[in-house]
Amino acid sequence: MMKVLFYGYGNPGRRDDGLGISFVERLERHVREHRIAGIHFDSNYQLNIEDAEEISHYDRVIFCDASFEAIEDFCLTEVHPSDARIEFTMHAVSPAYVVDLCRKLYGQHPATWLLHLKGYEWEFREGLSPRAEKNLEKALAYFVPLLNHLGQKSAPFLPLVLSCQS
Amino acid sequence: MPKKITIEPVTRVEGHGKVTIHMDDEGNVVQTRLHIVEFRGFERFVLGRPYWEAPVLVQRLCGICPVSHHLAAAKAIDMIVGAGNGDGLTPTAEKMRRLMHYGQIFQSHTLHFFHLASPDLLFGIDADPAVRNIIGVAMENRDLAVQGVMMRKFGQEIILATAGKKIHGTGAIPGGINKNLSIEERDRFLDGKAFPNIDQMIDWSLGALEFFKDYHKKNKDLIDNFAAFPSSHLSLVRKDGALDLYHGVLRAVDAEGKVILHDIDYREYLDYIAEEVRSWSYMKFPYLKKYGKKHGWYRVGPLARLNTADFIPSPLAQKEFEEFRAYNHGKPSNSSMHMHWARLIEILHAAEVMKELLHDPDLQKDDLVVTGTRQEEGIGLLEAPRGTLFHHYRVNEHDQITMCNLIVSTTNNNEPMNRAVAEVAHQYLAGQEKITEGMLNAVEVAIRAYDPCLSCATHALGKMPLEITLFNSKGEKIDQLRN
Repeated sequence: MMKVLFYGYGNPGRRDDGLGISFVERLERHVREHRIAGIHFDSNYQLNIEDAEEISHYDRVIFCDASFEAIEDFCLTEVHPSDARIEFTMHAVSPAYVVDLCRKLYGQHPATWLLHLKGYEWEFREGLSPRAEKNLEKALAYFVPLLNHLGQKSAPFLPLVLSCQS
Repeated sequence: MPKKITIEPVTRVEGHGKVTIHMDDEGNVVQTRLHIVEFRGFERFVLGRPYWEAPVLVQRLCGICPVSHHLAAAKAIDMIVGAGNGDGLTPTAEKMRRLMHYGQIFQSHTLHFFHLASPDLLFGIDADPAVRNIIGVAMENRDLAVQGVMMRKFGQEIILATAGKKIHGTGAIPGGINKNLSIEERDRFLDGKAFPNIDQMIDWSLGALEFFKDYHKKNKDLIDNFAAFPSSHLSLVRKDGALDLYHGVLRAVDAEGKVILHDIDYREYLDYIAEEVRSWSYMKFPYLKKYGKKHGWYRVGPLARLNTADFIPSPLAQKEFEEFRAYNHGKPSNSSMHMHWARLIEILHAAEVMKELLHDPDLQKDDLVVTGTRQEEGIGLLEAPRGTLFHHYRVNEHDQITMCNLIVSTTNNNEPMNRAVAEVAHQYLAGQEKITEGMLNAVEVAIRAYDPCLSCATHALGKMPLEITLFNSKGEKIDQLRN
């Protein structure tokens, strides 16, 4: 069985910026209720350098983040360490940066994806906007049927890249 | 031709900021400004909310130092519930909070040194941005990079064990804490099984200091003179003058070390400190009232703390402190790059404090909360990683917050950062025909020394481009760099 990590990040006190964390919380609840093995969860305000060490313990990692991009609702992209760029907040780092750092420090890295969840509102409030909530539901509907397969090494792997072109 | 250079947003600092530098026809720098371009309005946001929510609510301010806001708010709310003035908690509660706070200091300072500062030191200010980051450090010095990662992890684990959660922690509550540290939790930090233990953290902290001191020996001019300018320095100190990052009295010294704010009770801060608003920045400019807007500004943060404190109450850090003070002839250091040195000494001190606390049996006791007579006002200060953090609340008879005043660490450093930009602009840009990226990075290095957290902006994908724009005197864009 492969070890799979869903890692949500964002600030849930800034409305839709909490999409990634809400997604992980909802998915974790489902996994617990249905006792699905091999799927792990974590979340934080943002990614940082120590996450390189954390993901080194997994085979597959799916980062989940709110997106400001021009996408429809949600999409999924593969994360390649070669895409690592200097980030411009730099107290936080990108998924590609984490994966690249993992590769350089630990000699290997998990297969990694980034779930982009479209958000709309970012002010100081708890709770997702109605449109973001819908996007969250759509993403959950996509992932829930896949959960039993994510940890299987031999299973034909998932159609795990959804175009981010709107 | 007169030029206006804009660096927007400043890289490797949290949130949105931009720098503008105006130059005249002769290439002289005529004006520099660090602008803060996002208005947070947080102080208004909390109005009307029940006061007991404040320690959790304020963590929305910042994904970088939520623990500092959590604890400063908790200290203020302690006053409101009649649990003393920052020193009235049970030993278990105060020590748990201290452990949380020093874990925060440790992980935040570590991130700054290994991720933000060491690349500049290893590769030079004008190096290719592609290597001037921790991945570059990893390629050059893997051990150093691994240590940085594991030290960050250690600090984060301390926060998790004391605050209860990584996000919107609830460890500190009005009048105390909501959990102690179990033996099992404690042993994770001592036995080294899950991750390197506290003794290793102390060794690595010493190693990082040696790295810096070795670099300093070889680069004295840069470390001693880059963005150096005289200023006053302000911080909390313990009543006996010791460095104390959780609680104390307010002290300020001038550039020569003369005490200009004499260990005042921080609840009286409004009698001594005011904030100036300037039209071009959303961030205010605090100053000591007695010395006015022009001369009353001060620095906060690791450098200020080592300039105001008389000693450090942990043996290894005290030894380093003595070396630091001796190097500066017993006077305050006014070099921005000595901020890195001071930060590393504080990393070591934080590790020593954590070790002492982890061996303290009070952390396993169950007396967690005290209560007293309800008050209408609460003020909580502490020394956050970036400097003195002020939280001030008033509440009404319905327990709603009616007034909130926050002076965050970076705001305290607003004027010093502007001064640092000015110093470096004059040093690196004046008279130059061509402005290179290395020159512009020098400006950023000066700002980064203060580790500013300019805003706690959302970080959602796609929001944070870097733009450097060069304008001529007519306001026409003549060059632009975008990453």
